[in-house]
Amino acid sequence: MPPIIDPKKCNGCAGREESYCEEACPGDLMYVGADGKSHCHATRDCWDCMSCVKMCPRNAIETRMPYQLGYHKARLVPIMGKNAITWKCTDINGKTVTYKYRNRLDVKD
Amino acid sequence: MPRMAPNPPSLDAVETVRVDCDILIIGGGNAGCFSAVEAAKLDPSLAVVIMEKAQIMRSGACSAGMDAINTYIPEGKTPEDLVRWCRSQVGGGPLREDLALSNARELNESVDDLERWGLPILRDENGKIRYRGAWDISIHGEQLKPLMAEKAIEAGARVYNRVACTQLLMDGGRCIGALGFGVRDGKFYVFRAKATINATGGAAGLYKSYTADATDSHHQIWMCPYCVGTGYAVGIRQGAEMTSMEQRWVATRTKDFCGPVDTISVGYKAPIINAKGERIMQSRYAHLGADKAPRYIRANAPMEEWLAGRGPTYCDTRGMDPELAGRMMTDYLNERPSFVLFLASRGQDPVKEPIEIYGSDPYIVGGHTQSGFWVDIERMTTVPGLFAAGETAGGNPNKFVGGCAAEGKLALRGAVAYIRGLTPPEPDAVQVAAEKARVFAPLLRGQGFDGLRALEMEERLQRLMDEYAGGTSQFYRTNEERLDYALKHLAMLRDQTQYLQAGDLHDLMAVHEVIDRIDVAEVLCHHLRFRKETRWQGWQTRSDYPDIDPAFDCHVESRRDPATGVIETFTRPYEQLVPGDRHKP
Repeated sequence: MPPIIDPKKCNGCAGREESYCEEACPGDLMYVGADGKSHCHATRDCWDCMSCVKMCPRNAIETRMPYQLGYHKARLVPIMGKNAITWKCTDINGKTVTYKYRNRLDVKD
Repeated sequence: MPRMAPNPPSLDAVETVRVDCDILIIGGGNAGCFSAVEAAKLDPSLAVVIMEKAQIMRSGACSAGMDAINTYIPEGKTPEDLVRWCRSQVGGGPLREDLALSNARELNESVDDLERWGLPILRDENGKIRYRGAWDISIHGEQLKPLMAEKAIEAGARVYNRVACTQLLMDGGRCIGALGFGVRDGKFYVFRAKATINATGGAAGLYKSYTADATDSHHQIWMCPYCVGTGYAVGIRQGAEMTSMEQRWVATRTKDFCGPVDTISVGYKAPIINAKGERIMQSRYAHLGADKAPRYIRANAPMEEWLAGRGPTYCDTRGMDPELAGRMMTDYLNERPSFVLFLASRGQDPVKEPIEIYGSDPYIVGGHTQSGFWVDIERMTTVPGLFAAGETAGGNPNKFVGGCAAEGKLALRGAVAYIRGLTPPEPDAVQVAAEKARVFAPLLRGQGFDGLRALEMEERLQRLMDEYAGGTSQFYRTNEERLDYALKHLAMLRDQTQYLQAGDLHDLMAVHEVIDRIDVAEVLCHHLRFRKETRWQGWQTRSDYPDIDPAFDCHVESRRDPATGVIETFTRPYEQLVPGDRHKP
C-alpha cells in the first residue's frame, strides 16, 4: 500500500517547482494535486524503494507493506543526517528497534 | 523540471527539442555515470549528454541503495581467478572470457573510485576490507546512487531528466543518437551524437510476479520495475545481434517480498533448509558445491523442494548472534529497507524464526547473467556507433556494481576512439517525423476511441510469459509447444499495440514500456526455443530436453530483420581463454 502521505504534514513543497518526492521517485509515480498535496499515481506500481520517504523534508510520507503481504501496522522511518542515517522500526507488536550508521565518508578534495 | 504538462491538442502542438553532442549516454545509472566521469578524464572538451527516464539522483536499480559490491578482487587473487569463478557460476560457460577479463582488470579501480567519492566500505580493525564471501565486500551503500550522480554532474555531463528513450536515431545502418519524449514536459527530443552508449537497466516485468495477484503489490519484485528492457528493445528494432537471451536471471529471494537471500545464506552463513529441516544444499547438492553451488542451482533448489512436497524452504537464521543479526538488518536497510519493514509487518524476529525463501520471477539482466547485446571488446554492438555497458551488454555474467561501472568506462573509451574525425549527418526528417507520430499517437486517439490501457496489456503479457515461457508458476519449465503458443500470442499482442491508449504523459510512458517489453519477450522466446537442452536449470529449463547437449556448448544469437520483423537464430562458438577446469572456480 505504499506510499501513504499525511495531508496534515504535506504542503507539496510549496514554493518549489517540483516537490522532493516527485523529484525522487524512479517510477514517476508522485505528483502534487490540485489540493496542493502529494499523491501517488498508482500505489500498486510502487517498488517500495523509499526514495520519496527519505527525501521528504516534513516526514510526511510513510511506506506501508501491502496488506496482502504483511499485517497492520508496522512502521519504518528514516531520519536523514548529513553523513548518517537513522532508521526506527516498529513491528506489529509495538517493539521498536533503532539502527544508525554512516552512509557517507568525509571526502577531502 | 515542470510538473506534468497537459496533453497536446494535436501532433503539431508537440514541441521538438534538438540536442547535439559528442557522446549520448542512454540511462544515467551505474554504467552511465561512470561513462560520464571517464569522458571528463579523457577529454574535458567532449560534449556529453545523459538521457534519463527518471531523475539521476535516485533512479533505476540503485535507487534504494546497495549493501554489497559482489566482485572486488582481494590481495593474492587475479582477474583470471575472477573469470574462473564467473565461469563456474554459469556452469562452465559458454561466456565471453575476453569481455569478462577486461572488466575484471578494471573493476577494482571503479570500486576504489566509489570509496574516494564517499562510499563507506566496511573494514576490519586493521583497516583491511571485510569480505563476506570469496569476492563480495560489504558497503553502507544507501547513498550509492546520489554519489555516482553527483560525480557525473560534476564531470560536466548535461543531464536530461524525465526523458524516455523510444528509438535509436539511425543513418542507414549506423546509430547517430536517440529519440524520445519528456514524460513531464511532453516534448519530443532528438539527440544527435557521434556515438551512443546504451546503458539502460535490464528488463523486469516480462513475467508475472507471484505477488502481482495482490492488487497493492504489483511491483513487489527484486529488480527495478522501471527498468523494462528499453535498452534492448531499441537495439532489437534496428537489427542488433543479441546474445544469450535465454539465460534468464532467476534468484532465490525471500518469499512474498523478494529481498536478496545471498546476504543471509552466504554472507551470514544461514543454511538453506526445507520443511523437514534438512540442509538441502549439503544433502542434495554437495556434488555441485553445496552452499557454493552455482547461482542457478541455488535459485532452483527451493523450487525443487516445493515440487517434491518438501516446501516451504527457509534460510535458517535461528540462533544467530544478535549483533550479527543487527548487521544483517543494516545490510537490508542499505539495499532493500522495506524488507526490514516486511519482517516487522509479520512480527518476525529472524533470530527466533527462520526467513522463508522462494524463487523470483525471471529477469533479463546482462549485469547478472549474460543476456544482451553482442559486443566487441570496445563494447560496440553490431550496430555501428551504438555501444553497450552494464545490464545491456551481453556475454559477461556476474558484473554487478563494480563490473557495470568498469564497463561504463570501457564503453566510453571505445566510443571516444570511434568518434575521432567523425562528423554525424543531419537527422533524417522523415525518420524523426515518423517516430514523433508513433510516440504520441496513443495520447491523441481521442475520448471516443475504443482502446486498451497499458496495464491490461502488461498483465496479459506477464501471464502469457509466466505460464508458457517458464515463469514462477511453472517452476521455470517450458517446452517447444508452450513457446510456440507464447510466440503466436506475442505476435497478436504486437498487432494489438495499435489499440493502446494513454490518458496522460505518465500513461504514455507506460504504453511505450509495454511495447518494449513485448519486443524483448519475443526475442527471449526465440532463444529459449532454439536451445534444445537444459543447460542452466531454473534459468533455462526445457522439460522436453532435460539434459545438457554438448552440441549447444556455444552462444545462442539472434537478429531481427528491421524491414520484415523476422527473427533469425544462430550460434557463435565459445572460446576458452583462461585455462583451467571450466566447472571449478
